Amino acid sequence: MDLSFLDLYPLGQLFLDALVGMGFTPQAAKVIGWFVGAVILLLFGINLVIGLIWLERKIAARIQNRLGPNRVGPFGLLQTIADALKLLTKEDITPFEADRLTYNLAPALAVFPVLMAFAVIPFADRVIGSDINVGVLYLIALGAIATTATLMAGWASNNKFALVGGFRTVAQLLSYEIPLAMAMLIPVMMAGTMRMNGLAQAQGQFWGLGWYVWVLPAAFLIFLTAVLAEGERAPFDLLEAESEIVAGFNIEYSGMKFAWFFLGFFLNSFVLSAIAATVFLGGWQGPFVEQVPILGVVYFFGKTMFMYYVLAWIRATFPRVRVDQMMDLCWKVLVPLALVLFMLVAIVLKLNLSAIHPVAEGAALLLVNIVVIALGTWMMGRALRGPAPLAKRAFTPEIPRL
Amino acid sequence: MLDQYGLIGALTIIAFAFPFVGLGAAWLVRPKRPDPIKNSIYECGMETIGDTWVQFRAQYYLFALMFVVFDIEVMFLYPFAVAFDQVGLFAVVEAIIFVVMLAFALVYAWRKRALEWQ
Repeated sequence: MDLSFLDLYPLGQLFLDALVGMGFTPQAAKVIGWFVGAVILLLFGINLVIGLIWLERKIAARIQNRLGPNRVGPFGLLQTIADALKLLTKEDITPFEADRLTYNLAPALAVFPVLMAFAVIPFADRVIGSDINVGVLYLIALGAIATTATLMAGWASNNKFALVGGFRTVAQLLSYEIPLAMAMLIPVMMAGTMRMNGLAQAQGQFWGLGWYVWVLPAAFLIFLTAVLAEGERAPFDLLEAESEIVAGFNIEYSGMKFAWFFLGFFLNSFVLSAIAATVFLGGWQGPFVEQVPILGVVYFFGKTMFMYYVLAWIRATFPRVRVDQMMDLCWKVLVPLALVLFMLVAIVLKLNLSAIHPVAEGAALLLVNIVVIALGTWMMGRALRGPAPLAKRAFTPEIPRL
Repeated sequence: MLDQYGLIGALTIIAFAFPFVGLGAAWLVRPKRPDPIKNSIYECGMETIGDTWVQFRAQYYLFALMFVVFDIEVMFLYPFAVAFDQVGLFAVVEAIIFVVMLAFALVYAWRKRALEWQ
């Protein structure tokens, strides 16, 4: 039975053939194809964000026993569009003595890396913008650009709250980049490739038990924690702690420039969920995906939305951590754990246990991961216990006698 | 190779231009009425005391240094991870020695209290 019409992959080739049929040279057709592909990815991302913001507000509302947006359109679905139009028509206020070039460039740079990340997300088998052989590395590199944008925004605003927010961002995003990259290193080691599609393909065995989250739960938990920090989400949203530094780096931004930061934030959450789904939850893998490749899209979005829901859930329920706790958690817990996990997994994989029994390797990996999780729980208890490190007091307050 | 990076190149151009399209659209429709009070720095009604761009604490610098060390380490480990199936046990031992050496750097920074947030 011919099911090729359910495979999305040949669509690109059909489009290129159609262009050549219209009289373009194959090279020109290719260039047009690149730009059309880029525009499709971009429009997909921009339109997706409307749904994402609505979804997150509705989830948070349900968790906190509120109604959430419910006035504009059915179920408040058009609320985000109304908000976008409002932001578009708002006056754009640039503070005095702001560093104008940097100030105006920062919102663009905040959106840019997130949109770029869409190029390497596999939506279904081989349905990917560009399956480059350094996919994971590419995503890590884009993360660094996002850091720069936030620092630029904080620095250029000429506002002390914004500056504190900007510096906190650098400290947080740089620190959590290490556990994030190290947690992704382990699936790369198992799959033997940095291609995002290859990583999803490598998790197809054992009817869903081949997903790396089952054999590498410790790596997944390290990754999830780092994702929360990299996504600037609660409980790691210190850089925009409203109660401490008003709104952090984006305090001076209004109108469309603020809208870009907002859009970047929500798209970033989606992209990180998609990476988590691809690297640890098997991406587009699922039952019958070989026979009906189009099902991959359903599985991919199901898993990504599940991850997005988890992130929204954490955001709606957890209180914010302190700066020193945040840094301690990264450098004293996650980084050592990731190093230990990397070494243990490398040794287990080289023992070639699958030659003895196909399940032995997975079982050994799971055991190693459980040991690391136990170690991590103990270390977290140690690192986060103890009194808050008080700065030396300028004076000792007298306790009033009653 | 070019096939794959072509799309990324196209996306680079479009993704960088797109935010400016949005800003341009906003520039066309938004009101433009600046005044000295409105454009003052938003610090809860207080005047900013002194210059904003002051020297900042060195604590951040230490973390940036640590980041450089470990980021380069990770970048070295990625090629190793990709070639993991082809390398022998010896390479694994070497990688572990490499990681342990850098773990010593972490322990050193820890003992020197560079990781304490003050």
